[in-house]
Formats: sequence, C-alpha cells, structure tokens
Amino acid sequence: MIQTPLHNDPRRYGLVARLFHWSMAPLVLVLFLLGLYMVTLDYTHPWYQSAPELHRSLGVLTGLLLVPRWLWRQLDPLPAIEGRRRERVVALSTHRLLYLLLALTVTSGYLIATADGRPLALFDLLEIPALPVTLENQEEPAGSVHRWAAYTLAALSVLHALAALKHHFIDRDATLRRMLGTPPRHLSTRQEPTTSEE
Amino acid sequence: MYGKSLAFIALALTLNLASAQAAEHYVIDTKGMHAFITFRIQHLGFSWLEGRFNRFRGEFDYDEENPSANRVEVEIDVASLDTNHAERDKHLRSARFFDVKRYPKATFVSKRWEEHDDGTATLRGTFTLRGVSREIEIAVTPVGGGKDPWGGFRRGFEGRTVLDLPDYRMKEAKILGPAAEKVHIWLSIEGVRKP
Repeated sequence: MIQTPLHNDPRRYGLVARLFHWSMAPLVLVLFLLGLYMVTLDYTHPWYQSAPELHRSLGVLTGLLLVPRWLWRQLDPLPAIEGRRRERVVALSTHRLLYLLLALTVTSGYLIATADGRPLALFDLLEIPALPVTLENQEEPAGSVHRWAAYTLAALSVLHALAALKHHFIDRDATLRRMLGTPPRHLSTRQEPTTSEE
Repeated sequence: MYGKSLAFIALALTLNLASAQAAEHYVIDTKGMHAFITFRIQHLGFSWLEGRFNRFRGEFDYDEENPSANRVEVEIDVASLDTNHAERDKHLRSARFFDVKRYPKATFVSKRWEEHDDGTATLRGTFTLRGVSREIEIAVTPVGGGKDPWGGFRRGFEGRTVLDLPDYRMKEAKILGPAAEKVHIWLSIEGVRKP
C-alpha cells in the first residue's frame, strides 16, 4: 500500500473506485436492515420518527454517491475480471444489475418521500427538491418498486459477496484483494511457494 | 254525481302527480367540486389532524313539502384519502387501517330523514366502511338553495357526525391512542338539480 493510485489499472481498482465501493457497501447494508426494521415499529416506539428519517437521509447520501460512482465507472477502464468466460459474463451482468437496482431503489425511495411535492432532506445539510410534477398516489407504485428492488438488490449483493469470497478462498485469485487494495499475491507475505518463481 | 267523483279522482291524481314531482332530484356537484367529505381526528390528544376524501359521487332527492321522502346516496373512493402527507396516506390505505385493496368503496344509503322545527334535520342511514355496515345519524343543516348564475338550480347542506373507529374493525387504530378513536366527519354537499 505504498502507492495508492487514484485510477484503476488492469490488475486492481484505484483508490476512487475502492472508496466508492466500500463507502456504499455498508450504506446499502444499513439501509436495507433499517428499512426492514423501521416498518415494524409501533406508532409509540421512540424511533418511530427517527428511524425513517435516518433511512431517508442515508438514502439521499447513497443516491448522491451513486451518480459520480457510475460516471467514474464509465470513464475509468475496469480491471479485467478473473475466472472462466461464463463466470466473467455472470460477474459483469451482476455488477450492471447492481447498479440498475441501486438506481431503482434510490429513485423509487425519492418518489415515495417527495410524493407530496415537498423536498427530501439529507439530515440538515441539504434539501433535494421534489419533481415539479407528481402523480396522484405515486407513493403506492413507488413503494412497490422500492420494496422489490431492495429485496432483489439484497439478494444479488449476497451473491456478489459470496462470489468474491469464493474467488478469494477457493480459486485463490486476486478478485477480492484488488478491491481491498492489498498488494498482489506475489508481493504479499501470504504468498505460496510455487508462485514465487514467477 | 258521477261527474263529480270523476273530477275528484282527476284532482287526486293531479295532486298525487304534483307531489311526486315535488321531490327534486339532485346530483352532488363533484364535477365542479362544491362538495367535501372531511374528517378530523386527534393526534395524541394534542391537536387535530384533518383529511378528506378527494373522490366520491352521490345524489339526493329533496322534497320541501314532504321531507320524510328525502333520500341520499353517496359512494366514496377510499383510496382517495388525503391528509397532505403521502407516507401517512400510504399507511392509512394499507391493511392496517382502511385496507383499500380489499375494501375500495365506502357507501352511505339513507333510510330516514327527520325534519326538526328549527329547519335542521337528522339523517339516518347505513354507512359501510371496511365491509362493516352500521346505522349512523348525520346532523344536517340546510345552507341554501336557489338559481345559480349559470342557469341551473342548486341546493346545499352541511352535515356532521362522529364515527367510532373500533366499530369498523380498524383494529390498528388503537395504536393511535384512545384520543384517536373518534373521527369527526364534516360534510359539505351541494347538489345540482336534474330535470
């Protein structure tokens, strides 16, 4: 970790991509669990107001990160995906689908929260205005999309994480390490004897 | 003698016809929206929360001579409830409260109109909400009636009643606390007379 290049190179992700990835991963996890939890809260529960407020703010933050992250992904060439051809196709499709589902979840959440035409707040820092046109009862279809996009996103994220662990522990390739920013295996202390001859 | 009784029958028939015609038929003006179905419910016992149903339709018969023949029918699209807060409205439409997917309509069909000496009236009828039908009473005050500036004839009333939410199997309503068990309904109904 002496050098931390901002850009990706063919063997690993750069600092920008890694920061985007590792800031959004816990955000999405917290948002999902908080979303599941907050809808079960009783009307008189102390968190009945604050849990959805936190969920909305973290959602705004996720949306604000998602746009530059996606742009960066378009601009900065990705490292080559490791694995067999079929694995590479599945991995790339999963990544794209994750982006699509993130966008759907964030957008539908925004449409629920702004269905009255009032803005959506990122804590006390910022207000995202509502669209100038709102549909009647748009919170209903937006709510359905939000729920199913979030469930699918959660399921696909689990698959994504399991695949990374499989690459790391079973295939023993660099898939996970290049997103963690740890040095390639031939420079690491956990090297295997056979690879040191390269 | 025979001619007299014939004349009497003719007169009776005419009177009968006249009284049948005296019941004027009105359609509630939901097109120009001169009609409102609003509700008020207490929030924690601290304040009043106001909402309304934006879509409904109905009609009434009004007979000045024979008010006991007055008749009202209203159908409400429950999903159109509006408390000026989308997330709350979504919650209220859910199965926890109005359950609009299973019970999209609420209806009121009158049974009896009792006119009082001071001009007010008590309207009794069957109100159906969430599949539960209850006899309710609405206190009616006539507001006015007459020719409108556009060639029509209108008549308007206001009505008040109080409903008990637990009556309509709105079990979740109890999470709102005891202050929110009663819903105060205020109606403003204007009808346009139909020929």
